[in-house]
Amino acid sequence: MNEHNFILDPWPWYVSGPLIALVMLSFLFLGKFFGMSSYLRTICAIGGAGRIADLFRFNWKAELWGIFALVGVVCGGYIGANYLSTSPAIDLNSKTVERLELAGFESPGAAYVPAEIFSIENAQTPKGLLFLSIAGLLIGFGTRYAGGCTSGHAISGLSNLQRPSLIAVIGFFIGGIIATHFILPLVL
Amino acid sequence: MKYILMLILGTFFGIVLYKSEAASWFRIYEMFHFESFHMYGIMGSAMFLGVIGVQVIKRRKMKDLYGEVIKIQNKDKTVVRYLIGGTLFGLGWGLAGSCPGPIYVLIGSGESSMLIVLVSALLGTLLYGVLRKHLPH
Repeated sequence: MNEHNFILDPWPWYVSGPLIALVMLSFLFLGKFFGMSSYLRTICAIGGAGRIADLFRFNWKAELWGIFALVGVVCGGYIGANYLSTSPAIDLNSKTVERLELAGFESPGAAYVPAEIFSIENAQTPKGLLFLSIAGLLIGFGTRYAGGCTSGHAISGLSNLQRPSLIAVIGFFIGGIIATHFILPLVL
Repeated sequence: MKYILMLILGTFFGIVLYKSEAASWFRIYEMFHFESFHMYGIMGSAMFLGVIGVQVIKRRKMKDLYGEVIKIQNKDKTVVRYLIGGTLFGLGWGLAGSCPGPIYVLIGSGESSMLIVLVSALLGTLLYGVLRKHLPH
C-alpha cells in the first residue's frame, strides 16, 4: 500500500522553505553568515592559493567552521538519500516530462538527477566531462565574482533587504534562463 | 563545540536540501521553464520568514550564542559585479542544475560525477581570484 509518510516522502515547499529560513537564522545565532559558496574560497586558501592571489590571503583557520558546515551538508545528502527517502523519483510537471522526453531523456524524473548528464559513463565521455567542468567553472567563478550564491544572496541577502543581492538574483535568473532555454537544447 | 554545532547545522541543511528536491537537476530545469511553483514556493517562503527573522534580530539587537550582538554586513553598493557574476553563476546553475549547497548534497547522496563539478568550481573560484584585479566591479 502507498501510505503517506511525512518524513520519507518529498518535503513540500511550505515545509522546506521555512526550514531553510530557520537554517539561515541559526547561522546568525552561531555568529556566522549563511553562504555556501564562501567555503570554496576557504578550500582554495587552505590549498595554498594565497600564494597566487590575495583573495585567498586570509586567516583561513578562523574560517574552518565553514568546512565543518560543508562536511555536514555532505552528510545530510547521504542521510537524506539513504535513510530518509524511499524513492529518489521527482514528481515533475507533465509538461516538463514531455519536454525532456522530446530532448531524448529516458524516463525523466525517475531518478533524482538525470543519468544522461550525471552517470559515471557520461561523465567519462569528452562531451560529458566538458559539460560538467564548464558548469562547475561558471559556478565557482560566478559566485565569487557576485560575492555569493543562492544561499548568500537569494536567502541571506534578500532577507536582509540588500539591493545588491536583488541584482545578483536577477543575474542568476538571466543566466539560468539562457542556459535552460538556449544552451541545453544545443548540447543535450 | 562551535565546530560540532556547525557540523550538525550543516547536516540538517543538507537533509532539507535533499528532501526538498532543491538539489535535483530536474527541479531546477522545471523552475527555469516556469512549469512548477515548487522552487518558487521554497525560496519565497524562506525569504518571507527570513526578512521577518532578520528584522526582529536587528531591531531587538539580539545576541548570538557567544554573547555578541548579531551584525550582518551590508553588501557593497555596486551593480556590475552582481549582474555579470550573477549571470555567469546562473549559467552554471542552469547547466548543472545545482548551486554550491546542492553540489555538496549530491556528493553525499552518491553522485560521484558531482566531484567533477566541485573541482571545477574550485578552479573557477581560483580563476576569479587571479583575474579579480582586471575585472570591472
